Amino acid sequence: MDTISIRAPSISAPRATVRHRIRTRLPASLALLPTALVVLVVYIGCLLWTVRLSFTSSALLPKLDWVGLAQYSRLFANDRFLTSAENILIFGCLFISGCLILGFLLAVFIDQNVRGESLFRTVFLYPYAMSFVVTGVAWQWFLNPGLGLQKLVRDMGFPNFTFDWLVNQDMAIYTIVIAGIWHGAGLTMAILLAGLRGVDGDLWKAARVDGIPTWRVYISVVLPLLRPMIVTATVLLATGVVKLYDLVVAMTLGGPGIATEVPAKFVMDHLFERNNIALGTAAATIMLIAVVSVLAPWVYARYIRSQGRLG
Amino acid sequence: MNTIEPQGCRPRRLTVGRVGVYAFLLTAALFILLPLWIMIMTSLKPMDEIRLGNIVALPTALTFEAWSKAWSSACTGLECNGISVGFWNSVRILIPSVALSIIVGAINGYALSFWRVKGANVMFGVLLLGAFIPYQVFLYPLVRIFSMTGIYNSLLCIILVHVIFGLPTMTLLFRNYYLGLPIELFKAARIDGGGFWSIFFRVILPMSTPMLVVATILQVTGIWNDFIFGLTFAGRQNLPMTVQLNNIVHSTQGERAYNVDMAATMLAALVPLVVYFVSGRWFVRGIAAGAVKG
Repeated sequence: MDTISIRAPSISAPRATVRHRIRTRLPASLALLPTALVVLVVYIGCLLWTVRLSFTSSALLPKLDWVGLAQYSRLFANDRFLTSAENILIFGCLFISGCLILGFLLAVFIDQNVRGESLFRTVFLYPYAMSFVVTGVAWQWFLNPGLGLQKLVRDMGFPNFTFDWLVNQDMAIYTIVIAGIWHGAGLTMAILLAGLRGVDGDLWKAARVDGIPTWRVYISVVLPLLRPMIVTATVLLATGVVKLYDLVVAMTLGGPGIATEVPAKFVMDHLFERNNIALGTAAATIMLIAVVSVLAPWVYARYIRSQGRLG
Repeated sequence: MNTIEPQGCRPRRLTVGRVGVYAFLLTAALFILLPLWIMIMTSLKPMDEIRLGNIVALPTALTFEAWSKAWSSACTGLECNGISVGFWNSVRILIPSVALSIIVGAINGYALSFWRVKGANVMFGVLLLGAFIPYQVFLYPLVRIFSMTGIYNSLLCIILVHVIFGLPTMTLLFRNYYLGLPIELFKAARIDGGGFWSIFFRVILPMSTPMLVVATILQVTGIWNDFIFGLTFAGRQNLPMTVQLNNIVHSTQGERAYNVDMAATMLAALVPLVVYFVSGRWFVRGIAAGAVKG
């Protein structure tokens, strides 16, 4: 902002009049107008509308009455929602840490001057190109106890091997975690590898002179250096966690029972299938609050504070 | 590019450590390739062979029947026209959505980085925040707005939705790229009497090729892989491939034809996979550009 204000007069200072400035800037304003309208109507308007609806008793059609926090107390007494919230916490923690750990290991191992580096990179990242629906369908087939992994291992001579997580109420959510990590680990690897490549080569020489083992350097020196990349990867993965919907729909449809329900699916089902708009929007509002409280500080630090031309 | 350590030191530690490195990488590669392998193998087998088990084995009776069935006659509920319907719907959604969202993103990025418009930075801030907010927060009111204007459940509707929700990333991408261009360029064009549009089309846009490529990769994979918007806004006639795939997989009655399911899955994954393998490093740049550059 400030840098732009320095720049503008230097362009038109000799004959700058207010009129001139308005005329030259008018096209820029007009060009931004559609986006500004979308921001106002969709990003702000729809958001407020959703929040407002969560305080009503709307069922099939939206009403504009006021029932206070009634929907929220219903929501927190709703088994399905509580299971969803618990599931998203389990998924979020395991998925993010799983992707970070696996991604970090992959990046470190790829960074060891290996042959076929680009081939490995290509293989590790390809799942990220596929949709969650494809991922879900593929893993559903792979993990189905009847013909999938369980049968494969049993036929290999381990008749007692059991891996029925997909149809097991207590374990099904972990199959979603596995599929999620499969999908997202490559992305983490790519981001962290870019960070590793930026580490100063002298650091390694110094570590060698001091006789510090390589793994120790990675843990104690390189890992802290990678902090910005880890934060970026975490934020990217976290936004994926909140949006978790397609993968569940394709893989388990929320089942068995309600074992793999997630908030995004809860909202979608209540808005478009169960005709309970108020409860659906209340759940959406809770999602919004959760996301904003986690991400607002990060977004502030990363973008708003550093606005304008940095060169 | 920095090497890990001086070249001369490596042979000494070659044995155990190096073998470990390769063992880890190969194991990881196998784990990551396994689902794709299983999908392809399953799609090439007849059902009799699938029922015997051993999902990783090569087909003994290789057949492409499942692929042609998946493409042209797999059933979603009552209709049995295969996933090709979804493919063409996705193409029809994809092309205008990608083109429009990139154009809008480029214009926004240009206006934000070279011009001083009142309130533009506030708008940009809100837009960025919007990128992190779960779609569920916007969906219902958006459906109402589209129904009121009478375009709900149409091709236009789903295209608009993709453009709207592509705005944050596209704007950010181009804004950051343009901020990296030398300002002198813009100043010179201004002194030569260039206006907003003429500078954009004659000076800025011709320099945007790298970002146009990155943005195209990002949007093509993103929009092709979209599920939730297609499901909510496209309407029965325009359901994209992902939604159709899900319908095919979950609507079979009786025994599921796993080979057809897997062939359909492969077909749905084909476009982004081709984009991925062809674009190579650009793909990574695309993901990174939206996120890493602040």
